[in-house]
Amino acid sequence: MKVKYFAWVRERIGKAEETIEPPDSVRTVDDLIGWLTSQGEGYAYAFEKPKVIRAAIDQAHVKQDAVISGAREIAFFPPMTGG
Amino acid sequence: MTSVTIRIQEADFDIARETALLTQGRTDIGAVVSFSGICRGSDGEGISALNLEHYSGMAEAEIGRHVEEAAARWPLFGVTVIHRVGRIEPGQNIVLVLTASAHREAAFHAAEFLMDYLKTSAPFWKREETSEGTNWVETRAHDDAAAARWTRS
Repeated sequence: MKVKYFAWVRERIGKAEETIEPPDSVRTVDDLIGWLTSQGEGYAYAFEKPKVIRAAIDQAHVKQDAVISGAREIAFFPPMTGG
Repeated sequence: MTSVTIRIQEADFDIARETALLTQGRTDIGAVVSFSGICRGSDGEGISALNLEHYSGMAEAEIGRHVEEAAARWPLFGVTVIHRVGRIEPGQNIVLVLTASAHREAAFHAAEFLMDYLKTSAPFWKREETSEGTNWVETRAHDDAAAARWTRS
């Protein structure tokens, strides 16, 4: 699946998007954050306060207990500051 | 049937032109409310510019979902939402919301509803440039509270 990162999440990880293949045990957004956190220093820094992180599946907001199976695109970002 | 225009662009917008596009050829519109968000320069230390990042695709979709909800809640004839991205200096426009209806009440409420949701759920992020460097703008609790008051119980 494709993962996108925005704002300081993107900066801390050091890339805007990537394709990942997490193990089957990763079922929810929350699981995915946990798995990504173990993928390196930048990821650990980006997700150091996981409750702050917002997520979207296929371009719609989801909560962290959302199931990711079937998702084409998952995005992680900080709280939004537009308008 | 609400006529809807949603655009995300680097270029500035012209409020008079957008209002004319919304109302041209129609005689049923009795009220247009316009809200413009402008880059403010005098907050604390003072910023030299904002840099706006967005999630292309989702930003349009998310704004679209809220426009649909506004149209379901109030009798709107037209809605225009334009959000700029890229580098914006103090005094320059950031966002435009236009709402058109037969009467003012629906237009005022819908414009406020849309702005409150744009602030908290449209995927845009502001980074400030100051003389000290750059930093990501943090959310304000009162923006969340402003959006929450529209939640139906």
